[in-house]
Amino acid sequence: MSGTYPATWRRPPQIITDRRLRIGLQIGVLVYLVLAVGSLEVNWQRVSEGLERGQRFIMGFLQPDFTSRWRDISQGLVESLTMTLTSTVVGVLISVPIGIGAARNLVPRPVYLVCRSIVAVSRSLQEVIVAIFLVAMFGFGPFAGFLTLTFATIGFIAKLLADDIEEIDEAQAEAIRSTGATWLQLLNYAIQPQVMPRLIGLSLYRLDINFRESAVIGIVGAGGIGATLNTSIDRYEYDSAGAILLIIIAIVMVAEYGSSYLRKFLQ
Amino acid sequence: MLELISLSKTYRTGDAALSDVSLQVPKGQIVGLIGPSGAGKSTLIRCINRLVEPSTGKIELGGVDLVTLGRRDLRKQRRRIGMIFQEYALVERLTVMENVLSGRLGYVPFWRSYLRRFDASDIQRAYQLLDRVGLLDHADKRADALSGGQRQRVGIARALAQDPDLLLVDEPTASLDPKTSRQIMRLLTEICTERDLPAIVNIHDVPLARQFMQRIVGLRAGQIVFDDAPTALTEDALTRIYGAEDWDAMRKGDIDQAEAENDAIRQLAEVGA
Repeated sequence: MSGTYPATWRRPPQIITDRRLRIGLQIGVLVYLVLAVGSLEVNWQRVSEGLERGQRFIMGFLQPDFTSRWRDISQGLVESLTMTLTSTVVGVLISVPIGIGAARNLVPRPVYLVCRSIVAVSRSLQEVIVAIFLVAMFGFGPFAGFLTLTFATIGFIAKLLADDIEEIDEAQAEAIRSTGATWLQLLNYAIQPQVMPRLIGLSLYRLDINFRESAVIGIVGAGGIGATLNTSIDRYEYDSAGAILLIIIAIVMVAEYGSSYLRKFLQ
Repeated sequence: MLELISLSKTYRTGDAALSDVSLQVPKGQIVGLIGPSGAGKSTLIRCINRLVEPSTGKIELGGVDLVTLGRRDLRKQRRRIGMIFQEYALVERLTVMENVLSGRLGYVPFWRSYLRRFDASDIQRAYQLLDRVGLLDHADKRADALSGGQRQRVGIARALAQDPDLLLVDEPTASLDPKTSRQIMRLLTEICTERDLPAIVNIHDVPLARQFMQRIVGLRAGQIVFDDAPTALTEDALTRIYGAEDWDAMRKGDIDQAEAENDAIRQLAEVGA
């Protein structure tokens, strides 16, 4: 019996079945990698200078100075938190109708296409780019930051909400439709109960993201704690910068645990 | 009375789900719709409340042609047609009460339904229906906290809350155990008799159909091939509906099964000896 069947077995190649092509491609990728790394110009002198600067930075981290710039820091924090909260609330309020419009199973095709394009535009522009543009339009300060984060929130929430609506249990919607319900009633009775917990979870998650982003876009002039951080780095006050970074980390961690706790509670 | 006049449905893929189906259901009659999977049972009942748009033909419910209705009129007519679903199709995260009240959606303006401020008469009727299906104590539970049989009873209460002139019932027992299936069928038939309500019931289970239906319509490949009383549902008739080959294959399966069992018994006897 055992003689007639092979005793070895190898998994057949799945993607590229031709052995020569496969090995050729592997060698090609390796060669490209080596050449690409070789083409990076590294200025070793600059690196060693930077290392020293980095060391001072880390020292600042280890001895953070919360007091000497506290007024600037607290003002930046308040600005950032305000920006975060307002932009999340306004962004979610705007993105709910857009998200509903971007769900294929609820709206006629033209509406779907328009809403999906809004989502696509919002998602393709990175926050920093939008912030630079809006700072140029509305001047330095948190208002530009608020607009930037609202804009980014719309793309994020509307897309995920629309995808969620497209994946609902159609039978429940069918049942409500068959009672003679209007479109709005269908939305309120069949769609909303199915997507609400996730919408709340996503909004809390976005609150988190918006706070982190507010630190980044502050650097390009959109106000908040990012602006304070930028100023302190420009002045080589690494101890204050370290303090700011520690505060950002602490707030992000609190927001992270808070929102995950809330999401668990909502399930 | 419900009347289908040469109703046809061809899906965009070119599959003819229904061809030239004509059917009359008088008041108070419970019709069982049987047939193999893909025979068009589900399409037929979904055409009646236009969850599926029929291609040609007429559907008349109490003198109103349902096929030509515009959106607004369709919604008004849908109120008259209660539907009960295979997997219950309750809104899982809403309470039992909200699910029953959702049967009134066609009658109330949006703001009332949004604020859950239904008329006193609607709420009373909902409680009465929950009492009728034996779920009065469960009104404030979430629908996903109920068992299968309980959920289907909420589904029945929801359909009745519409105060319908017709019930469409799509495989009401397909996800229930045999005993619960019989309870649900009994409840359905009782309610239809109480209210003199006509019903079309899609049903897979032939013995169940025989036991509870007043009339059986057999559908095969989108056409009516049988329409008579349950007593007339002979083996020949079943062959006409389900096809000879399937029938033989099933019987052959039974013979194989019996042989296997006999074999097992023999072997057990040998081991014992």
